[in-house]
Amino acid sequence: MKQLAGRAAVAWAIAAMLGSGWAFAVPAQAEETVVKIENFTFNPPELTVKPGTTVKWENDDDIPHSILEEKTAFRSKPLDTGETFTMTFDQPGEVTYFCGLHPHMKGKIIVKP
Amino acid sequence: MAGSGDHEKDGINRRHALECMIWAGTGVLWTMAGGVPKSIGLLGSAEAAEAAATSFTFAQISDSHIGFEKPANPHALDTLKEAVDRVKALKTKPALVLHTGDITHLSKPAEFDNAAQLIGSMGLDVHYVPGEHDIVDEGTGKAYMERYGKNAKGSGWYSFDQNGVHFIGLVNVATLKAGGLGSLGHDQLEWLEDDVKGLAASTPIVVFAHIPLWTVYPAWGWGTEDAEVALGYLKRFGSVTVLNGHIHQLMQKVEGNVTFHTARSTAFPQPAPGTAPSPGPMLVPAEKLRTLLGIREVTFKQGTAALAVTDTALADA
Repeated sequence: MKQLAGRAAVAWAIAAMLGSGWAFAVPAQAEETVVKIENFTFNPPELTVKPGTTVKWENDDDIPHSILEEKTAFRSKPLDTGETFTMTFDQPGEVTYFCGLHPHMKGKIIVKP
Repeated sequence: MAGSGDHEKDGINRRHALECMIWAGTGVLWTMAGGVPKSIGLLGSAEAAEAAATSFTFAQISDSHIGFEKPANPHALDTLKEAVDRVKALKTKPALVLHTGDITHLSKPAEFDNAAQLIGSMGLDVHYVPGEHDIVDEGTGKAYMERYGKNAKGSGWYSFDQNGVHFIGLVNVATLKAGGLGSLGHDQLEWLEDDVKGLAASTPIVVFAHIPLWTVYPAWGWGTEDAEVALGYLKRFGSVTVLNGHIHQLMQKVEGNVTFHTARSTAFPQPAPGTAPSPGPMLVPAEKLRTLLGIREVTFKQGTAALAVTDTALADA
């Protein structure tokens, strides 16, 4: 988990340096995909990515949401409107998560090569 | 049951049975006639007298969301102040106030401070339960518990008695599971079963919790998945009033001897179930906002029907 968090922080720092157009500037092995949080849903609710992909959640609602892994392997702070949370997924497998404030909101990341 | 030869005991039984029937209201006389006298029979006359409830009033405020400043209401602190002023202006001074959660928007210390300062200005005894917005600090509820949970169990549940009425504050915003609704959890349910075990069935019960304890609209998460277990423990009581917040609008339901009420928010309205793509803050014309926010006054009168619930908006429609 520590390694994941570290990578997430690095990704966040890179994002901050490069600005909004950065996703096109990074090499293929460090892709980023966005999950929008809108109308109390994760969009897309199910996302398939390659190992090493950074997923960025962005809250477009007027109410805070959070990202909580089903078995609390990771959790974001509450994301207010416009705030984001990033996590890099290195290991193949499935990650189920939900909103810590509104647990009926569910999402899944499928990591496979 | 009391021995048939003992007239004094019979008198107590009859009187209390009648009282309980009055509590229950006309719709549920039948349940009461079956269940209550049996329990009353277990009480001695002194205990029965002690358990007799006396009239009083209390207030409920909910979902103050201090820290919220989105277009649906950029001034949540101002509207809380107006709600507090409404409580202060009530003709009958409330014996206590219930806050049914979402005191703050993001569990920040300054939000808790601002809320406490305003609510404290009422000079009344305030009993809180947390909403999901009150436990999103880094310690997942540590900030809330430090302020309001000193005499509470688990994630903040407790009970107390006022004028013969038994109040139970429950927490259904912790221990949430993916895909689920609000949840009380095993530990709290066990505590509840034990908490009400020794009470006479004639004891009026008021339960308060953040998320509704009945399934209002599962698609929006408006319900509590294990509420039925909790209500099962309360089945034998003649008068059960359940007060919730969370959905930022008035809704009421009667089921047997249980009356459910959800309260208005003091911060912003939310749409009626299914009338919008999501349950988020509802933007209404500025002049309409205060007609959708408000406070609640609950009057408990000995010997009359179920608790009288009066909801007052911050402004007339």
